Amino acid sequence: MTKDLHSYLAEFEDIPGTRVFTAQRARQGFWLNQFCMSLMKPENRVRFKADEAAYLADWPMSDEQRQSILDRDYNRALELGGNIYFLGKLFFTDEKSFVQGVSTMTGMSVEDYQAMMLAGGRSPDGVRSKKEQN
Amino acid sequence: MARITSGVATSHVPAIGAAVDLGKTADPYWAPLFAGYDWTKEWIKAEKPDVVILVFNDHASAFDMNLIPTFAIACGENYKSADEGWGPRPVPDVKGHPDLAWHIAQSCILEEFDMTIVNQMDVDHGLTVPLTLMFGQPENWPCKVIPLAVNVVTYPAPTGNRCYALGEAIARAVDSFEEDLNVQIWGTGGMSHQLQGPRAGLINQDFDIAYLDDLVQDPERLRKMDHIEYLREAGSEGIELVMWLIMRGALGENVKELHRHYHVPGSNTAVGHLVLRPE
Repeated sequence: MTKDLHSYLAEFEDIPGTRVFTAQRARQGFWLNQFCMSLMKPENRVRFKADEAAYLADWPMSDEQRQSILDRDYNRALELGGNIYFLGKLFFTDEKSFVQGVSTMTGMSVEDYQAMMLAGGRSPDGVRSKKEQN
Repeated sequence: MARITSGVATSHVPAIGAAVDLGKTADPYWAPLFAGYDWTKEWIKAEKPDVVILVFNDHASAFDMNLIPTFAIACGENYKSADEGWGPRPVPDVKGHPDLAWHIAQSCILEEFDMTIVNQMDVDHGLTVPLTLMFGQPENWPCKVIPLAVNVVTYPAPTGNRCYALGEAIARAVDSFEEDLNVQIWGTGGMSHQLQGPRAGLINQDFDIAYLDDLVQDPERLRKMDHIEYLREAGSEGIELVMWLIMRGALGENVKELHRHYHVPGSNTAVGHLVLRPE
């Protein structure tokens, strides 16, 4: 089961609709995720809500990263190195549940997403591998 | 002498904690999920464990991107419920067992598992939701807890094989602790779920049921399973299932299944639960 790092990482890119939180993404998203972490303190949540752009300006993030947060574009934030457990702090700051936050990344309404979950969730069929299309 | 008397596996979905805290457990959405834990609640009242070694992952609460320990054992006296962004869960403080925790940490390091030792940390839903599922809402938790946090957020997470072997080392450490203690080990997280990207909401019941079956009957298959298989089949957050293998490794070759529960959905997640006794 030991394998070289390159093939270990390359396989992750073959999963449709998924961004595995690799070292590369962890490095790119370091400050984006640390910003999210700051929202665990109630006083920071108040300050962020009062002026989001000003709060974000204090963090050494890229403009694209800041914009993804202002837009609540979570797929974009994932592309730019965000991690879902860190971005979850923003769901809670917005007083939204994980279901509400997660559903925004799927192109479905929250109602449709919830109905899918109640019906047993998204089938893995067809979304296992880009290459194999299974 | 201390001994590991049983193992418990359970998902640790944050919304389960919120449902209990907000008094919603009888709602039609939640009732079938909680019903599967009724048996365990009665069982554990009779078992009266002194200590639970609770394997979980921190969800960006105690550890941010600054520190990413692969295996972190908490050796402190006391742990508070973390504020994950909506205020701390209203649950009792978690009491540690520093003597046994330090004994396990030292024993594992001598067995070449280079553990990170934590003295102070807040514990998030990964740890408090399983306690709530087993014990309800008591004024104080009825046992001591040794938190064992595993990195399953930043890749690579530890392999299933390494997790299993750590469980074996923990069992040997517990066996060599002189005080007479009834110890349980819990593996938490899983089952299939994906919380990110356009593929979010993935649930794979066939994979999950096979995983429950083989955790009992064929853990050798599971310890060889590569990360990519978890990710493809059980969703990006399904990787949490490697933590169940620490619990399973601590129980020895053969186990008896005392109880099983499986329910979809708990929020975004397939909820799985097993109670196992070493044979």
